[in-house]
Amino acid sequence: MIAIDYTQLLRLALPEVIVVATALIVMAADLMVLRRCNTRVRFAVAAALASLGCAGAIVQILLAPVVASILNGMLIVNPLTHLVQIALLVLTIFTLLLSVDSTFTEHVGEFILLLLVATAGMMFLVGTQDLLVLFISLELLSLSLYILVASNKRSAQSWEAALKYYLFGGMSAAFLLFGFSLLYGLSNSTNLTQIAAAIHGPALNPLLVIAIGAAAIGLGFKVAAVPFHFWAPDVYQCAPAPSAAFIASGSKVASFFIFFQVMALGFAGAEGTAVLPHLVRGWVPVLALMAASSMLLGNLVAIRQTSLRRLLAYSAIAHSGYMLLAIVAHTEQSLAALLYYVVTYALATLGAFAVIAVVEQQKGSDQLSDFDGLGRQAPVLSLCLAIFILSLAGIPPLAGFFGKFYLFVTVLAASPGSMGLLWLVILAIAMSAVSLYYYLQVLKRVYVAPLPADANKFNSPILSQILMLLLAASVVLLGCAPQLLLHWILAAIRASGL
Amino acid sequence: MLAWTIYISFFGAVGLLLLPRGSVASARILALLTAVAGFGITLTYFLLHRTGEMLTITRVPWVPSLGIEYHLAADGISLTLLLLTGIIAITGILFSWDIVERTKEFFAFYLLLIGAVYGVFLSCDLFLLFVFYELVIIPKYFLIAIWGSTRREYGAMKLALYSFVGSAMVLIGLIAAYVVAGAKSTSLLNLAQFPFSLHFQMLAFPLVFVGFAILAGLWPFHTWAPTGHVAAPTAASMLLAGVVMKLGAYGCLRVAMTLFPLGLGPWGFHVLGLGSWRDLFALLAVIGIVYGALVALVQKDFKFVIGYSSVSHMGFILLGLMTLNQLGLSGAVLQMFSHGILAGLLFAVVGRMVYARTHTRDLAKLGVMNLNNVIPFAAVTFVIAGMASMGLPGFSGFVAELMVLIGVWRAYPLLALCVGFGIIVGVVYIWRAMQKAFFAEAGVESTPPSPPLPPISFPERLGAMILIGASVLIGLYPQVLLNVIVPAFNSPLFEGLRKGSWQ
Repeated sequence: MIAIDYTQLLRLALPEVIVVATALIVMAADLMVLRRCNTRVRFAVAAALASLGCAGAIVQILLAPVVASILNGMLIVNPLTHLVQIALLVLTIFTLLLSVDSTFTEHVGEFILLLLVATAGMMFLVGTQDLLVLFISLELLSLSLYILVASNKRSAQSWEAALKYYLFGGMSAAFLLFGFSLLYGLSNSTNLTQIAAAIHGPALNPLLVIAIGAAAIGLGFKVAAVPFHFWAPDVYQCAPAPSAAFIASGSKVASFFIFFQVMALGFAGAEGTAVLPHLVRGWVPVLALMAASSMLLGNLVAIRQTSLRRLLAYSAIAHSGYMLLAIVAHTEQSLAALLYYVVTYALATLGAFAVIAVVEQQKGSDQLSDFDGLGRQAPVLSLCLAIFILSLAGIPPLAGFFGKFYLFVTVLAASPGSMGLLWLVILAIAMSAVSLYYYLQVLKRVYVAPLPADANKFNSPILSQILMLLLAASVVLLGCAPQLLLHWILAAIRASGL
Repeated sequence: MLAWTIYISFFGAVGLLLLPRGSVASARILALLTAVAGFGITLTYFLLHRTGEMLTITRVPWVPSLGIEYHLAADGISLTLLLLTGIIAITGILFSWDIVERTKEFFAFYLLLIGAVYGVFLSCDLFLLFVFYELVIIPKYFLIAIWGSTRREYGAMKLALYSFVGSAMVLIGLIAAYVVAGAKSTSLLNLAQFPFSLHFQMLAFPLVFVGFAILAGLWPFHTWAPTGHVAAPTAASMLLAGVVMKLGAYGCLRVAMTLFPLGLGPWGFHVLGLGSWRDLFALLAVIGIVYGALVALVQKDFKFVIGYSSVSHMGFILLGLMTLNQLGLSGAVLQMFSHGILAGLLFAVVGRMVYARTHTRDLAKLGVMNLNNVIPFAAVTFVIAGMASMGLPGFSGFVAELMVLIGVWRAYPLLALCVGFGIIVGVVYIWRAMQKAFFAEAGVESTPPSPPLPPISFPERLGAMILIGASVLIGLYPQVLLNVIVPAFNSPLFEGLRKGSWQ
């Protein structure tokens, strides 16, 4: 029996505690004080309070840079987890501010509370190397997300998407738990590094194969990789814009980080190899297959979409494919590339959803035809959308391009001497050439198509415009000066080890 | 100093967007001033540094952890192409003086494109070069899709996808080379020194070469060129044919051939009489020359004639590169300049002087208008441009093609005969187009167009004069450019090529 030092635990988990406390305060304030105000004021006050809380958590992280690992890896605090947590908190703040202009629900307090609780879940998720805590925080995150998707009670589609998300999610969580239980049985430990030490052996135990499969299913679902992607298009399309943006950005960052950790740490020694033509059994070929099929399916299906949200959903599946390559490579460098990629990807997607939210409010839907002539109606908004879309397409000098370049370099460099993973890189680059087609279709609507004759006046809210400009500026800045973020990521990885 | 050509173009583009709504005249003037400033800077630098050696302009670390530098440098080859870019930029703006729809945006995209092109020619770091190279794609797409004519959205998308596929191939090759060389530096100078294995070079060379050559109109990957040129507005066609296609050829020479010189060597076996990638690409280039000329011969659309003539003339450049001798390579670079000027001039006549007035490019319909009486200036300009394009002595085309031809004669005597055939067909298609478009056939009743066509404006005359002047200057005194081009091939960058199969 380990003696638990509760004060230390509390001190280390202070950022998470701040977020949860803020959630409760926002809820209480909204229900007790603001009950009678109109929705807009309630959203503004609640989002402001919540953002302050998140900012407080960031300050707390920056002020107390400790390195610790307590309770056998249940709670880990090091520069790397701090970095990811700060990224998550920043993305949450953007999402919160994005929701200020929304009108889809009267349950403001609950909505913000769930966002913050999900954030706390993500923060715990990245700060652990223990299977149990990992599972619990993943569930905390997922359960909050299901409700966030369903929070537009007026829309039946929103319910349908939430139900679909929930059913798939519950199923994959069950698989994940099953896999974890097998791992515990194999290694008699719930700590990732101890598991890796225990399962290390010349041949793969059949139970381990099942455990790998189960973990790939559970975590592949979170990152919407093929064939566990079916929830993504519906959720992206029908969830309220802030919820969808949150799922597409923050949740992606946390999920990819933990996916990398589970695979690279927990299954170290059972990698196998995806080098053609001699595949060796292990988790690497499984993920390589998932990555390849995600890139293919996501990019090819996105071509046929007529709604921008669905298009982004399929492009998200494709991007998951690219990012999975970093896990396939599983080196320190590729972790840096993954973090750079997923953070810049999250910024661009968040921005795209901010634009979609405004357009939906003004025109009623997110069909591509609603974007006809937007370039002349709302030049600033369109410029931002162009920057986000081109960054997703990987056009320099935007952040998406450097992300792709660095990712592919690290993947190739992962198998020194042999160009073993070249086939994956070639596939990825070829598929990103395909993706330019559908991204350009969007921009064609915005800049080339004529403005419909019956177009009404278009007002974009000031706050959304500021947010979009900030996000666009950060995408451009990170593209032109990648060193700003990269330097930080590399330093954190070096200080923390993998 | 030379780096300011890039910045000034980008600043000009931003400045244009900040102009108040509806300011057409000031947008044109601002764009013209920007282009003139860019050309002025290049010309000054050219006059000051006439040795042709590689000189670094700016070199600062950009992404130190990956060894990526912001490294701009210029040698004689890039200087020649920078001058070309400046001339085409200025005349392109002069020839788009009639753009009234979304003027600001047009010139903003135009300057963005020009700035990126300057960037490609100046980059000495592969990552940087690639950034500028891809940056070209987007403004190109919008210039055609918004302001273009016949099937513009199709043409624009085809062009964008072809370019992107090409650059994807280049990216694969570059990443592989960077990783194989130890992932320490993306500098072209460093990577060109690295001894890549023969096996690697044999695979990487065709990948990167074809990636760039797609943009240079290598047969059979040229199909974007005619449709893209025809769909584009005049200034964009001038840029596309004049400068953007040169980007591809420049990439072939500067990147593919310097990084992987061994890839040009013999395979060690023969397939259909071809013994190396060099033979294969030389053959494809000759097919391009002959095929482009033959197809141009049967076109009904005036602009398609010029579009296919571009494919044919670009073949000379690629063929010159494959000769691997001093004469052929220098001739190829000179042909880049010459074709840039002449293609610009031809597209200006067809797109701006004729099509913008008559609203048709159908040779049969143009014939009955008897245009040589209605707009004699256009007819005279086309005759001069046509003569230059045929390769008559006294124009730049003659010197460049002659040099390439002698180079080919030394390397591939048999192919030189085919090229000779291509040149003869070149005379015929220009003659045919000239006859059909400007001079009504005898016996056919000519119907002057109504309402009467507006006269040729001053900007058009000025633009035409500049281009003709440039072509004649180089035709009469090619040493101006050759003095910087030839020494450039002696730099350490081309050492691998010299040691390998240089003759």
